Amino acid sequence: MSTELFHQPITALSAALEGKRLTAVELMQAVIARTKAVEPRVRAFNSSDEADALAQAAASDARRAAGTSLGVLDGIPIGFKDVIAVTGQPLTASSKMLANFVSPYDATVTQKLKRAGAVIWGRLNCDEFAMGSSTENSAFHTTGNPWDVTRVPGGSSGGSAAALAAGEAIATLGSDTGGSIRQPAALCGVVGLKPTYGLVSRFGLIAYASSLDQIGPFARTVEDAAIVLQAIAGHDERDSTSFNAAVPDYRSELGKRRGPWKLGIPKEYFAEGLSPEIGAAVEKAIAYYQAQGCEVKEVSLPHTQYCLDTYYIIATAEASSNLARFDGIRYGHRSAKAKDIVDLYFQSRAEGFGAEVKRRIILGTYVLSSGYYDAYYLRAQKVRTLIRQDFLNAYQEVDALITPTSPIPAFKIGEKSDPLAMYLCDIYTIGVNLAGLPAISVPCGFTSGHLPIGFQLIGQPFQEANLLAVAHAYEQGHDWKTKYPSL
Amino acid sequence: MSSAIQIDIDRVAKLARIALTAEERAMFSSQLGSVLHHIEQLSKVDVTGVEPSAHAFAVHNVWGEDVAGPALPVTEALRNAPAQREHMIVVPKVVE
Repeated sequence: MSTELFHQPITALSAALEGKRLTAVELMQAVIARTKAVEPRVRAFNSSDEADALAQAAASDARRAAGTSLGVLDGIPIGFKDVIAVTGQPLTASSKMLANFVSPYDATVTQKLKRAGAVIWGRLNCDEFAMGSSTENSAFHTTGNPWDVTRVPGGSSGGSAAALAAGEAIATLGSDTGGSIRQPAALCGVVGLKPTYGLVSRFGLIAYASSLDQIGPFARTVEDAAIVLQAIAGHDERDSTSFNAAVPDYRSELGKRRGPWKLGIPKEYFAEGLSPEIGAAVEKAIAYYQAQGCEVKEVSLPHTQYCLDTYYIIATAEASSNLARFDGIRYGHRSAKAKDIVDLYFQSRAEGFGAEVKRRIILGTYVLSSGYYDAYYLRAQKVRTLIRQDFLNAYQEVDALITPTSPIPAFKIGEKSDPLAMYLCDIYTIGVNLAGLPAISVPCGFTSGHLPIGFQLIGQPFQEANLLAVAHAYEQGHDWKTKYPSL
Repeated sequence: MSSAIQIDIDRVAKLARIALTAEERAMFSSQLGSVLHHIEQLSKVDVTGVEPSAHAFAVHNVWGEDVAGPALPVTEALRNAPAQREHMIVVPKVVE
């Protein structure tokens, strides 16, 4: 168990801040020092603003001294994936297209975390426009996995997972369109939560695929994830898909909901392609739940084999539409060599976007184009209905589903050059986005090569309180959270 | 897995408003052909009578009152413009 400040969970740091044993400035200084020490190897950040972070921390200390603390997150440094807007700070989506963009406003989640007193700390690297599974698609640099910096941290929110695992932040935010929070959480040995679609506002999130995108937390513990979710969840009239309902007190519900639960094992998720070491670690987690009195039964999600294709049609179609706004006119990269206005669009987009983004825009344009729409896009939308129905049928019998998060542990940087091979990294996570469900990745061991393994719990729509309680029950019986990478 | 589908890459790139190099055209044609070949398996699913889902949950239009609220100052709204003059964004000539 490390005693370093930068390795502690929010709950411990918050108690120290409240007990006057620690100041927010001391905490921020410790995180900055740690970041300076490890960042040359981890390379998780696209930008950071030390002076601004220290000023936020000083303001937090002043609030506590005056007896006006904003609560458990007041003074806690939280890193942001570089797709979430923070006023006056760079916002790049790890793309040349937005290399010089400075955000003129706050995302709703940013506003909410500021109101909770959190110290907004740094913009974290990701795959360009959140498209990828390794963070290698960043236009700026590759992020190393803190457990082995020659390996990827996963993606697309790789910087968010790596920064947290490395102690460069106390919690972070990511976005998850097909597994972009859960897969890097699993590969970096931290908790990653993708909330139900609509629970967290997308206002101020750079859009990739609007019907699938959702912002969520990375945290050291399930309780920390519950604390951050509490701060960012809730209705927002600036996001028309935002769900309008009361948000429960997730943290206090953790202690109240003790099971036992009925857990479903989708047989399709333990098939070909799963690393035996990961399979064995997840089986152990399942056995733990059984030993705690949970009923475990096999269930079937018969359309699982179609998730990947459905996802790549719907996500790229939406991306081709969302990314049409990057035309070199009002903001973003503008080509200097264009001959006329139309050429300006072609050249600015050619120069501003990287290969994976171009590939997805072109695929999305193709599946939406005249003559192909019904065969691809409309059909995928129908299969999406069936995929969602599979999950709802399973929930007639069980409370939550348990699966591996990723079929493989962190792989070597540069190892996967074939797009299709990279897409298969998301095989266990994309169905959740298509069905709009909440899901969490929880650390559950290490491979023989000391790489983290995570398992995924998939919950029912808007039942985050239950999902977190199931995850918390496992975490209480294990000490994976006290293991840190040696950097 | 290898019987790729040919797509008219020039037509699609034009629709997407992206200028491609010769190398990109060749690479994307081949890669997207493989991805589309993989996607072909969706044609095996019986979708008779199945309603399409645009979202995981039913999403309805949300109406708001048309009330003026605080807006970005012009200088803020234009701070990311690639070229500007007199509070306007400069673009290449559009009309001859």
